[in-house]
Amino acid sequence: MGRVIRLEDLEVLVCCGAGGVGKTTTAAALGVHAAAHGRRVVVLTVDPARRLTQALGLPGLGHEPRPVSGVGGAGGGSLDASVLDMRQTFDDVVRAHAPEGTAHRVLDNPVYQTLSTSFAGTQEYMAMERLGQLRDEAAATGRWDLIIVDTPPSRTALDFLDAPRRLGAFLDGRLARTLARPARMGGSVLEATLGRLVGRGLLADVRAFVSATDTVFVGFRDRAEATAGRLRQPGTAFLVVATPERDALREASYFVQRLHEDALPLGGVVVNRVVLGTGELSAGRAEAAAEQVSDPVVAALLRVHADRADTARRQQRLVRAFRSGRPGLASVQVAERPDVVDLPGLAGLAEDVLAPG
Amino acid sequence: MSLHVLTGKGGTGKTTVAAAMAVALAAPGRRVLLVEVEGRQGISQVLDVAPLGTEERTVTAGLAGGEVTGLSVEPSAAFVEYLRRFYRIGGSATGGLLRRAGVVEFATTVAPGVRDVLLTGKVYDEVRRYDEVVLDAPPTGRIGRFLDVSRHLADLARVGPVHRHARVVRDLLHSPATRVHVVTTLEPMPVQETTEALAELRESGLPLGSVVVNRVRSLQDAAVLIDGLPTEALVARELAAARLDPALASSLLAGGREAIARWEQEHTLGAEVAGLGRPVLHLDEMAEGIGPGEVHALAHQLREQGWGG
Ligand SMILES: Nc1ncnc2c1ncn2[C@@H]1O[C@H](COP(=O)(O)OP(=O)(O)OP(=O)(O)O)[C@@H](O)[C@H]1O
Ligand SMILES: Nc1ncnc2c1ncn2[C@@H]1O[C@H](COP(=O)(O)OP(=O)(O)O)[C@@H](O)[C@H]1O
Ligand SMILES: [Mg+2]
Ligand SMILES: [Mg+2]
Repeated sequence: MGRVIRLEDLEVLVCCGAGGVGKTTTAAALGVHAAAHGRRVVVLTVDPARRLTQALGLPGLGHEPRPVSGVGGAGGGSLDASVLDMRQTFDDVVRAHAPEGTAHRVLDNPVYQTLSTSFAGTQEYMAMERLGQLRDEAAATGRWDLIIVDTPPSRTALDFLDAPRRLGAFLDGRLARTLARPARMGGSVLEATLGRLVGRGLLADVRAFVSATDTVFVGFRDRAEATAGRLRQPGTAFLVVATPERDALREASYFVQRLHEDALPLGGVVVNRVVLGTGELSAGRAEAAAEQVSDPVVAALLRVHADRADTARRQQRLVRAFRSGRPGLASVQVAERPDVVDLPGLAGLAEDVLAPG
Repeated sequence: MSLHVLTGKGGTGKTTVAAAMAVALAAPGRRVLLVEVEGRQGISQVLDVAPLGTEERTVTAGLAGGEVTGLSVEPSAAFVEYLRRFYRIGGSATGGLLRRAGVVEFATTVAPGVRDVLLTGKVYDEVRRYDEVVLDAPPTGRIGRFLDVSRHLADLARVGPVHRHARVVRDLLHSPATRVHVVTTLEPMPVQETTEALAELRESGLPLGSVVVNRVRSLQDAAVLIDGLPTEALVARELAAARLDPALASSLLAGGREAIARWEQEHTLGAEVAGLGRPVLHLDEMAEGIGPGEVHALAHQLREQGWGG
């Protein structure tokens, strides 16, 4: 089957998959592991669970990468962690691209303020943009040699890959032009309709936004494409995370397919939170034994086991079906663990991910 | 006429519970609509029927007879319908023109709140035509903004038909005819988001319904274990007596420790949910996954807890 990834070969790793499957946890765990093996790592997380930031010892984690203490050490490795801040990242883009002294006109515009936090896909796009920023910083300062990126919890895999194009298409501005020149054919109807529907004040804000951002967004889409293009370079891999459930595996399939179509480098699939290690005693035999034993606590232990064995059987059926359709796809099963609450727990999870499949 | 709105952290079971509620409510002479607004085709997947369009269609039978109608509300269709209705800008030609110019895209994705006003407006129209409407709504992170159209009203036309329409929508959403239910599982993140969402909804004055704890597993056996696990030697002896390999003892005990940890976590989170000040409904984990049969079984569980009577 082969390993899903070899961290030694990588400079950039992107973890993706449906919401709640363990992307963020996996990203952090691999960061802990790599740092322990001498890498200088930065992990970009999206919406980390409170339990995870506590495990990293960084309850107030934010946009700026901060060192996690207690990892790395003798081997010269280190781990920095940060949380994606859409607004901050978008603002940085505007500042970087706006002509001298015009950034504030964009930053203060109410339409920009909405767009930068709530346009469908902004979070996906900004995760990519932030990766570009961290890459630039790594290249300029040598602070990191491995960047691990978590992705937003989009249930539909396509969102994440389509978002830059969709956002770019809007900003590029067919509508922008329509609005900027309302006198075009049909313009008066559009103008009147939109004005009545959304209010003239808002329409004016949009127009101001469009004219102020014209220059800013010239470089915007190029940048999106460059970032996406760099994902195809050697040293980058995608890791698709799923749980052993029908929906999550179906989502993983879309992702695998899509990465393939886009010629993006797929490392493999991590099936996370699997019930493992029940193989030696079947559910049926455990149930039967529970009826026989005299001690009620042992009977309960056997029934608990029977439940787990039953779940394990169903999970393995789903995983087998998933794998059989994709020969040659590297995949690995990671146990449901009681202990992803501290650094050793995370390191243990990483060992599972990196084990030969 | 009443409206049940389902929200919750992504993946906790909003669509499944919405479908179960619709099935629980439907009866002969009681018209029930199950509606989704994000174009995800969740309803058709859960009930195993062909993808839903913008036309209403029967999707399943009700628990007590009657039927459930399904609908997927789509913002650009709602927008074109709006124009036709309020401005008499008719026909598909207009829709096409607006689409080409990017206006529909603008109004439905970018303009602050317009999309939500369109979607909730369409839901309002449906509520008047049915006895019960069950809405598979956006997740906790976006629900406040989605339902609180009144806040966006100020940005919109201050006069005219749209203004009037938006106001009646707001009135419905803030009236006793509406109930916002939050779906959760007994895991830390979903419970945390449930707590936050309830606070936000309360703040906006939206009428709260139940908290639905979904995917409940039986913890009967774990409860037997919490008073203390037996020694490995004892377990091994009992296994041998039952003609099983005594070496399995350590793995059984490890499974037992995990069950205890889960019991403790669910116990703590369950108490947290009970303390939220809302009625709590429980729905079992369906071992084989969700299909129409399971949705009906979950609807039955809702009725047994006195919901929807
Ligand atoms: N009671 C249950 N027993 C077993 N599985 C369930 C149960 N409820 C939901 N599920 C499963 O959990 C997954 C998520 O459910 P569902 O799609 O209803 O959630 P959702 O909140 O609508 O998700 P999203 O946020 O993506 O819209 C599905 O695979 C579904 O089959
Ligand atoms: N292998 C595992 N064993 C037990 N719990 C896990 C495991 N992987 C993830 N979790 C838990 O699942 C929840 C969701 O994980 P998270 O990484 O936040 O998912 P995502 O980033 O995909 O939304 C968290 O509470 C996390 O602790
Ligand atoms: Mg995450
Ligand atoms: Mg859903």
